[in-house]
Amino acid sequence: MPLDGLAPADEAGVASAVRAAHDAHEPLLVGGRGTKAGMLRPVQAARSLSTRALTGLTLHAPQELIVSVRAGTTVPDLEAALDKGRQWIISEPPDLSAILGEGTATIGGIVATNLSGPRRVAWGATRDHVMGLRAVNGVGDVLRCGGRVLKNVTGLDMCKLLAGSHGTLGVITEVTLKVLPRSESSGSVMLRGLDPVAAVAALSAALGSPYTVSGAAYVPAALAGRVMDGAGSVTLVRIEDFTPSVVYRLGRLVTDLAQFGAGTLLDDATSQAAWRAIRDAVPLRPDDGDAVWRVSVRPSAGPGVLAVIEAAGGHGYLDWGGGLVWVAGPPSIHEIVRQAAGRGTWMVLRAPEPMRAAIDVVPPEAQALAAITRRVKAAMDPRGILNPGRLFAGV
Amino acid sequence: MIAQPAPKPDIMARRDEIIAGLGRLVAPSALIHEALRLRPYETDGLPAYRQTPLAVVLPETTEQVAAVLKYCSQNGIRVIPRGAGTSLSGGALPMADSVVVGLMRMNRILDIDYGDRAATVQAGVTNIGITQAVAGQGFFYAPDPSSQLACMIGGNIGMNSGGAHCLKYGVTANNLLGLRIVTIEGEIIDLGGAHLDAAGYDWLGIMTGSEGMLAMVTEVTVRILRAPEGARAMLVAFDANETAGRAVDAIIGSGIIPVALEYMDRPAIHACEAFAHAGYPLDAEALLIIEVEGSIAEQDDLLARIAALCAPFAPLSLRVSQSAEESLAIWKGRKGAFGAVGRISPDYLCMDGTIPTGQLPFVLRRITEMSDDYGLKVANIFHAGDGNLHPLIMFDANLDGDFERAEKFGADILRLCVEVGGCLTGEHGVGVEKRDLMPVQFTPIELDQQRAIKTAFDPAWLLNPGKVFPLAA
Repeated sequence: MPLDGLAPADEAGVASAVRAAHDAHEPLLVGGRGTKAGMLRPVQAARSLSTRALTGLTLHAPQELIVSVRAGTTVPDLEAALDKGRQWIISEPPDLSAILGEGTATIGGIVATNLSGPRRVAWGATRDHVMGLRAVNGVGDVLRCGGRVLKNVTGLDMCKLLAGSHGTLGVITEVTLKVLPRSESSGSVMLRGLDPVAAVAALSAALGSPYTVSGAAYVPAALAGRVMDGAGSVTLVRIEDFTPSVVYRLGRLVTDLAQFGAGTLLDDATSQAAWRAIRDAVPLRPDDGDAVWRVSVRPSAGPGVLAVIEAAGGHGYLDWGGGLVWVAGPPSIHEIVRQAAGRGTWMVLRAPEPMRAAIDVVPPEAQALAAITRRVKAAMDPRGILNPGRLFAGV
Repeated sequence: MIAQPAPKPDIMARRDEIIAGLGRLVAPSALIHEALRLRPYETDGLPAYRQTPLAVVLPETTEQVAAVLKYCSQNGIRVIPRGAGTSLSGGALPMADSVVVGLMRMNRILDIDYGDRAATVQAGVTNIGITQAVAGQGFFYAPDPSSQLACMIGGNIGMNSGGAHCLKYGVTANNLLGLRIVTIEGEIIDLGGAHLDAAGYDWLGIMTGSEGMLAMVTEVTVRILRAPEGARAMLVAFDANETAGRAVDAIIGSGIIPVALEYMDRPAIHACEAFAHAGYPLDAEALLIIEVEGSIAEQDDLLARIAALCAPFAPLSLRVSQSAEESLAIWKGRKGAFGAVGRISPDYLCMDGTIPTGQLPFVLRRITEMSDDYGLKVANIFHAGDGNLHPLIMFDANLDGDFERAEKFGADILRLCVEVGGCLTGEHGVGVEKRDLMPVQFTPIELDQQRAIKTAFDPAWLLNPGKVFPLAA
């Protein structure tokens, strides 16, 4: 179902729309521009509520590393505004149009899904940089969570609870993010032709070095053409810093990684293009009916996950030093992906709708935790009207 | 003084029965109930508040914690989680009818994985203990609160502790991968693991900083990081808070994020210098400690850039540390600030508001005016990069009314922090100390929403009651 219903022009409009739905016991499909409507479980709702009309920055204090932005602002618009002050969004959120279809994500949607890109391995997830947000709970109350400062432990951290809650606990109307100066320069070391186990060993060595590696990915040979010309798998290690540091650190990494193979240096532009592809799941080649999963495991478990899903007819690549496995394949391998994740976690990013309605889209929680999930949901949204069933059936 | 809820008469009446009941769950050596031996548990790092608990249990396993919480839950007994008892906000203050569950005996390192850059430890391991366990391989655990020699990782989770280096490395929440928690019903739940992303709600996020009100933490998996090649500090002194504040803006605005950016005002400089003999300039109104990391050449490059950025603000002095030893001496003064103030004043209260950094000169001016009004001296230490302000209010508890005045002064400072766009606490937590100020920052609806989350975890409000939320009228 598209987000073609209500799109209030301000937060008060969002609050009254939610209050009306609460009073009428009417579920709402909540979202921004609907780019992630194909993720997770489908929501059964007759009406939709979009934050796409809430746009624009409300505060940008570059010296304080803070930006406040209304939830419906698109990620490119926010990036452009930050770029004027030579800053960027720290977690490097992905643009998933390659697998979810054309569309431009909103920052509210990125925070609500807590999606993070390659830089997450060094600098934290989207949720780590949400210093404050405003949201409307399931009763229609406006809540201010956190604040506009970088360090804040006043009361329960409601920002964390709402970030990544997929619109099931509240409708996010504005977010305040910590931002950082964009690095003066960047570059990568590339190794070719490694198998996944050797690649993750190399990535671990790089991430365990003192050089603040800000990207560590492995793309198998069959998918590597979407990232880099040439033959063989691609193992990439990125440095983002002041130019002298980028030069120095890449040089040290080439030496330190020599035991794994001869490293090639990628310049800033080539490196950026490769990492954009890795960030945006471009190496995946899902067929029309295929599903896509994001599997998060301890980095050393990444190669094992890749081997299992390849044997089952799927394909994938590794980011976060092996700890993030992007997987595409026929829906029939869902059970295998699930099992392969072991003690890690996973999420269905895309699948045919009947499948999404019928399966677990994230790992089911143990009974005691599932009970807390239901009580937390009831505390925020007592009538269960906000994106019901999106994460778990019945929640 | 801030009021605590009245003890439940039925619990007080059943004291002997409860001690016997707890005695069936833990070894005799893990149960304390004699008045004299309860004394060490009656307070924490906010010693103005004291209350002897009904009993203390010191479990050694998660299963024992679960058994104790289940018993307390079934019997309606209040539970006070406790780590090292270093809370500066009264976060571990007992109640007369409460059982303190202390985690100091759960102090084992369980697993270290350098390849996956994760360490799993029991909640009673000290903050520095994690770094010490991995330092041999060149790794460290990043958050470094001033109390890191004593404070325990379980308590760090409770307060989302920060430290001087969190401008670059983040606070506890940003360095946490997994938790084993025990609910008040005694259910053991694993959250996260050694992987980065979470599915479902962000349980690690809501647990961190929840001040022991949602569940007890018994095991923690944290991210460990490879230490940088080296680090060096520089000291820059200014003739006014305004100029120092503008220099901070210039540094951050230039794109440099120093690993630490600490600020001291004149009284703090004098107190710390008398204590540490670090060579702090005594003629300065404001002093910045700026630390950068990397190879020697990278340090030189960054320090030169920073020196050039400071130059337009005419620093009184600018001293770049020439060695690791000199950097250590520079830090010794700053890290010993509380002790240093303790030497020049019989007592002090350490406040912990956060402000937008641009408001620093205004806020320091207002604090000076308030200091004159209250007749109490104050020294200010400030994590300048992230806006976290630590005014140390000096008083003498033996003087009638001095403590009450210091408390009022502190509350006024925190109100000021909220007025300028900041918050009541950056890293010490609300605890008892700031509980009644919560309505300054939050609306009744916002507080009720947070209370409802507390209720979702702990329906009978048995876990660390009387903290964070103003008592019901």
